[in-house]
Amino acid sequence: MINQKAKLSPEIFKKDIKQAPTRDGFGEGLVIAGEFDPNVVVLCADITDSTRASLFRDKFPDRFIEVGVAEQNMAGIAAGLALSGKVPFISSYAMFSPGRNWEQIRNFVAYSKTNVNIVGAHAGISVGPDGATHQATEDIAIMRVLPNMRVFVPCDALETKKATVAAAKIWGPDYIRFAREKTPVFTTEETPFIPGKAEIFWESSKPQCAIIACGPFVYNALLAARELAEEGIHTLVVNNHTIKPMDEKTIIDVAKKCRAVVSVEEHQVAGGLGGAVAEILAGHCPTPMEFIGMRDTFGESGSPVQLIEKYGMGIKAIKGAVRKIIRKR
Amino acid sequence: MAETYDKKIKFLEEMANKIRQKLIETLVEAGSGHSAATLGSADIFAALYFHILNHDPKRPDWAERDRLVLSCGHYCPVLYVAMAYAGYFPLEELRTLRKINSRLQGHPHYGSLPGIENTSGPLGVGLSQAIGMALAARMDKRKNWIYCVTSDGEHDEGNVWEAVMFAGKNRLGNLINILDRNNIQIDGFTENVMPLGPLRQKYEAFNWYVLEIDGHNIEAIIDAVNEAKAIYEKPTVIIAHTIPGKGVDFMESEYKWHGVPPNPTEATLALRQLRTLGGKIEEE
Repeated sequence: MINQKAKLSPEIFKKDIKQAPTRDGFGEGLVIAGEFDPNVVVLCADITDSTRASLFRDKFPDRFIEVGVAEQNMAGIAAGLALSGKVPFISSYAMFSPGRNWEQIRNFVAYSKTNVNIVGAHAGISVGPDGATHQATEDIAIMRVLPNMRVFVPCDALETKKATVAAAKIWGPDYIRFAREKTPVFTTEETPFIPGKAEIFWESSKPQCAIIACGPFVYNALLAARELAEEGIHTLVVNNHTIKPMDEKTIIDVAKKCRAVVSVEEHQVAGGLGGAVAEILAGHCPTPMEFIGMRDTFGESGSPVQLIEKYGMGIKAIKGAVRKIIRKR
Repeated sequence: MAETYDKKIKFLEEMANKIRQKLIETLVEAGSGHSAATLGSADIFAALYFHILNHDPKRPDWAERDRLVLSCGHYCPVLYVAMAYAGYFPLEELRTLRKINSRLQGHPHYGSLPGIENTSGPLGVGLSQAIGMALAARMDKRKNWIYCVTSDGEHDEGNVWEAVMFAGKNRLGNLINILDRNNIQIDGFTENVMPLGPLRQKYEAFNWYVLEIDGHNIEAIIDAVNEAKAIYEKPTVIIAHTIPGKGVDFMESEYKWHGVPPNPTEATLALRQLRTLGGKIEEE
């Protein structure tokens, strides 16, 4: 059942639950950050409306910097701004930032420990019709491997807003990932968001499996948990919005309690959330795991729903993984 | 006044020679590092650290200081030597270059050594970082100057031209790029590896103000910077023509010296040449 302490939306399982793309929350969060910190500046690489950085641009035109389609330059300029006391956010599609400009981010943001916030929009296969060239399914891996870098994958537009504001307040390099499609807004303003603290959204008295998810797929994990409960299979669902530094305590606690774990992410299985969870569990509490994510393959064009089904990341796949893993407990 | 100025130029020329000698000692001690471009740009670094930059080695985080962004990080031995003579850290510390637990990393790391303004080494990103600083200075209405030292070879990188385009568009008059035109890179002469010319026309096409000077003429370096400061509506690039390995005849214009240090025998020869100004005066 829904963990009441998570203060999730009362509409959560209604058909007409409000939907919004997570990037909407980014634009709103930027405006809030811009209001409380005059040093916040925003850079964009020609897709200002699409990333919703436009909300900030319209409000603070003097603190908005258009760099054109030049993501490498954008990362370098942001490092220079940060070295002069600014709090820059650089925004583009995840494929290009941190994809194309990874080396600039590695050396001039992470290694230099400059206060640059990187936001990757249009991450995951749900980008849909644009096809695999624009579907970043490796960005969590390439960012979480960097020393000094924090990695956030918020689950809905509201949580993206909170993550954006948090990133502006926390000193140091951060990466925030978000998606293109509208997805349910199932958290509320009251839902806790503490960087580095995973939240249990679904709980059971005698759980047989912990589903650890991030991003909009957390919602799918909740739907799967609800359907599994009707079958008599009891689970926990963890919203693990901070991939790094990961909330080791919660991860270990739920693994010990359930003795089976399924990770769910819209990302390659290699190097992503599931990999990070496995690294923690292997060291502290070896636990059988199943991984929902892209299996060493690229995506293709299609509708988000079709793609999520075809690549084995839908509700049915989550349920299948849970049924399979609980037999290994 | 004229006499004072002449004295100043003479002092800077002597400082450049001191930097070159210390460079040779430092590179031999390190056992690896870049000889050619560091010797070639010693006059530029002498002029920057002992005349041009408005800085205070005792307050490296002073907000109003001019910024020197080294883009071509492999030049760092000359930067470290100039900084040590300027008083940022003791000269003896130069012996730790490239060694374990040193603040003097093989390529500069922001955060390791006070006075280092940016991380560099991976080429083509210094100008972007300098642009960020120039934008911040403009936003905060600071009057400091942002200098960037770039190499010609790193202009192979697309990132450099993204930055050149951006600075031109945004009329960053507080940004001065000193481009060390020494015509060599690791694989050979720049015009054979990847032709860069005509650099003047390329920069002009991107809305930069362009000056070309003899990069070993201290007076010309200072004059060019003064002229650049008078140009407020555009960024300026000073294309400083230099001879890689300058001051050591067997290194001069020889691209094989790009990325290697002298061995002790070569160092002795090099130091003798530098101390006697190529045999013109007697060694002390």
